[in-house]
Amino acid sequence: MLNPNHTGSRVRQRRTALGRKQADLARAIGISASYLNLIEHNRRGIGGGLLNAIARELQVEPGELVDGVSADLARELRNAADGHAEAMLEIDRLEEFVGQFPGWSALLAQMNQREKGLEHTIETLSDRLTHDPFLSASLHDVLSTVTAIRSTASILAETPDLNQDWLSRFHRNLNDDGERLARGAEALVRYLDEGGEARKTTGATPADEFDAFLKANQFHFAVLEDSDDVAEILQAAPDLVTSAGHSLAETYLQRYVQDRSMLPLDAFAQAARTEALDPAKLALQFGVDLLTVFRRLATIPKERLGFDVGLVLCDGSGTLTYRKSLTGFSLPRFGAACPLWPLYQALARPGTALHQVVEIAERTPQRFITYAACQTSLPAGFSGPEVRSTAMMFFPVEALPSGYPMPGGQIALAGPSCRICPRVGCVARREPSVLNDAF
Amino acid sequence: MRKHVLLVEDEANIIEALRFILQRDGWHVSSHSDGATAVDVMSSEPPDVLILDAMLPNRSGFDILRELRDTDATRELPVLMLTAKGQTKDRELAEQYGASAFMTKPFANAEILETVRALAG
Repeated sequence: MLNPNHTGSRVRQRRTALGRKQADLARAIGISASYLNLIEHNRRGIGGGLLNAIARELQVEPGELVDGVSADLARELRNAADGHAEAMLEIDRLEEFVGQFPGWSALLAQMNQREKGLEHTIETLSDRLTHDPFLSASLHDVLSTVTAIRSTASILAETPDLNQDWLSRFHRNLNDDGERLARGAEALVRYLDEGGEARKTTGATPADEFDAFLKANQFHFAVLEDSDDVAEILQAAPDLVTSAGHSLAETYLQRYVQDRSMLPLDAFAQAARTEALDPAKLALQFGVDLLTVFRRLATIPKERLGFDVGLVLCDGSGTLTYRKSLTGFSLPRFGAACPLWPLYQALARPGTALHQVVEIAERTPQRFITYAACQTSLPAGFSGPEVRSTAMMFFPVEALPSGYPMPGGQIALAGPSCRICPRVGCVARREPSVLNDAF
Repeated sequence: MRKHVLLVEDEANIIEALRFILQRDGWHVSSHSDGATAVDVMSSEPPDVLILDAMLPNRSGFDILRELRDTDATRELPVLMLTAKGQTKDRELAEQYGASAFMTKPFANAEILETVRALAG
């Protein structure tokens, strides 16, 4: 009787693909070569222990021998072939292809998936540029203001007999529009630099998803204050779309749990208030390192401390790996931050703790108390590379109660990043500011 | 009697500049800045030419244009549509919904005057 499922044919294909002789396989599974020959020509059915033994010897799942190519792999390969006339002509030989070249088949399916993923990313980024509601509204606003300026300026230039009333109105309008244009352009540049409301850009990059996830939770996870259930939070996070974004969040939450276990919310928040947030005293009191204190302070809700604590982390290359910005202290989306931040001074001097007041040049300059430190580790052992982790936490001077201890020394002048920093004459400037040069 | 141009635009300083150049050219100019009630304004005082911004508060200019083209009284009304430069899709929509002319911001005063004169016949 013929086996209509062609299980035998798949056994034969797989065996020959592995370069095994029929007699050798028959011996290994304890049947005669002639019986295996009947099976391979679909003249005998197989199942149960014999099927499992053959599958084990041929290093495949039993289901793949019975059902042929796994459904997922077959779907992916059909998808890859779709639109390629030559491949479609051979589509009925798909099982034979997979049977003979399982490695190449898996690679082809994987590359097809990757191609789809890249297409999706391109579409998302393209869509963001053309349909992002904030960008669209901002560009319209900027262009409308430019239109008003252009029309008004033309009238002033082309109408020498303009009466005083119109003259005054148009001068006032020009002044208002100039101011508005500067504000609009600055907001636009800042949005592009920071990645905007990352929540609206879900899917753009894993880092965007991670940022959106943190912002949506205001950097505090109440569930994790008395539970270790990271999975529960991840499952309920709409911003985490890609596996890479999910992985970033999972790593962060696991560290959050570790930090919380060493620095319980109530005791730590109370101590932080008592010690005026001095990270060195807190680290000593709780027996942890400075960076752990920095990270934990940035997760404490504002109402517990009376103000928000910002935090930025970077790796040995200076790339920002974590960003919790505060009003008046923007953190650029990419690594091109201000080289004058204490963060980078700490990076260059591992083991040194820095405590400074920094004035950040924005439209309205604001002063922040900063703490920065760099720690080194040897995760691959003593002979492995040294890995540097640097952190800077900061909070606004104006939010502090009177009598709050202030660091001594000069106030350091810095900015967000050169591109959007209006500071004139900065010795560390690496590129012109679009704000100064354009306006 | 002077011909009437209605400006439906939410940018006050654009309205003021356009009002000045159009009035100086002999037009009666009125303006409205809310998309939601723009069509009502037109039915009470129909203009000879409508200058319509694409992006308005409460209702888009394209939506207004579509309603005008679906209404007998305004089906033939000359409409100059204003959109932001570089928005290719806006231009396509303006054509699709039946704008008589299309201009991107920022525009020159002379351009807008010429277009309004041409639309009024």
